[in-house]
Amino acid sequence: MVVLHGVEKHFGSLHVLRDVNLTVSEGEVVVVIGPSGSGKSTLCRTINRLETIDAGRIEVDGTVLPEEGKALARLRSEVGMVFQSFNLFHHKTVLENVTLGPVKVRKVRRADATATALALLERVGVADQKDKYPAQLSGGQQQRVAIARALAMRPKVMLFDEPTSALDPEMINEVLDVMTALARDGMTMLVVTHEMGFARRAADRVVFMADGQILEDAAPSTFFTDPRSVRAQDFLSKILTH
Amino acid sequence: MDAITDNLSLFAGGYRTSLLIALLGLVGSLLVGTAVTALRVSPLAPLRAAGAGWVHLLRNCPLTVVLFFMAFGLPEIGVNGSYYVFGVSALVVYTSAFVCEALRSGINAVPQGQAEAARALGLSFTQTLGTVILPQAFRTSIPPLGSVLIAMFKNSAIIGAFGVSGDLFDVGEALTSARGYAVLPVLTGVAVGYLGITVPVAAIMAALERKVAIYR
Repeated sequence: MVVLHGVEKHFGSLHVLRDVNLTVSEGEVVVVIGPSGSGKSTLCRTINRLETIDAGRIEVDGTVLPEEGKALARLRSEVGMVFQSFNLFHHKTVLENVTLGPVKVRKVRRADATATALALLERVGVADQKDKYPAQLSGGQQQRVAIARALAMRPKVMLFDEPTSALDPEMINEVLDVMTALARDGMTMLVVTHEMGFARRAADRVVFMADGQILEDAAPSTFFTDPRSVRAQDFLSKILTH
Repeated sequence: MDAITDNLSLFAGGYRTSLLIALLGLVGSLLVGTAVTALRVSPLAPLRAAGAGWVHLLRNCPLTVVLFFMAFGLPEIGVNGSYYVFGVSALVVYTSAFVCEALRSGINAVPQGQAEAARALGLSFTQTLGTVILPQAFRTSIPPLGSVLIAMFKNSAIIGAFGVSGDLFDVGEALTSARGYAVLPVLTGVAVGYLGITVPVAAIMAALERKVAIYR
């Protein structure tokens, strides 16, 4: 579903992605972990071209990422994205946030879009907040709305860029529960996260990144019990000891 | 006081004309200013350059110079029109540069993530700008836009001085120089007339600001 081949990316003199090769198959849940600054968020953002790449190739559902314009917009509409900082549209209600994409991009009739949106809001457990503005919701509720907004486009794949990193501890689980349910329903997902519990529970594969490179790509059980690289062993020893 | 009470209907006419110029200027400069803003934030470099050129040229020329270019320059290249049309046009293009910059300050205040979320949904550049960025930018731009619009209403007096007949300033000039009324009361009448436009505008902008405030 998503293929990255020899992807390279620089931010000025900083080499943030080094020869990244990664395949996410249909229905697969891949969790990307690694220390801060390892390039995992950048990797996630290159897949819908919110970050451009310097070299290499990215394919989504068999199509090479278009450079700009309508073709890129169409491809983006098929890739759902959930951000660390939610990025709900501040000036629109919860319901309007979820219907905007289908109405504007897919040209779905408003009544149909509203029905779909209400069902999705129900599914993520915030249907009772539908007429509120984002700022009136808790972080966990906002992030669940953001997930519903992405799902409303019926995406082929969902990208999660540290979806729980901006949340209070007590709200993390309500978001992870929604994501776990989504994974169980067969959604293709690429998740950048620091939530090791989620990686263990929901991932088909764990990808470990450091210094812009993928150092490990393994099943969660293998990765957490028997990491091969020293860098991953070091990382795990730091986060799993407390 | 006679100068005003005797000529109430003249003043009222001047007020109406000035108000009409102000409204035309308001609608025109907001439309043109928004279009120029779209150019300035476009992903295409030539469009950005065109927008920047427009702003730099018009913002840095005195209004009177813009006005002279319109009224005397355009006829030389075969574009003809009344002083009224040229005057209002000059006011619109001149003010559009300031509207653009006020709006752009609003756009810069919209968090980057808003545009990213819109693009990630598959919205085009125009849709992102029109449905996500500009509606939020307008709200944050209301205070500077208010100042720009008030400045425009006052600038409309220059058009009057320039020869657009029947606006407030023109009425004042006619009464004092042609009919020999005392200057002070007439000018007071004119000033009150302008305040009658600008003070309500300030009040409307303040009310608008409270009404559409967004909570982040």
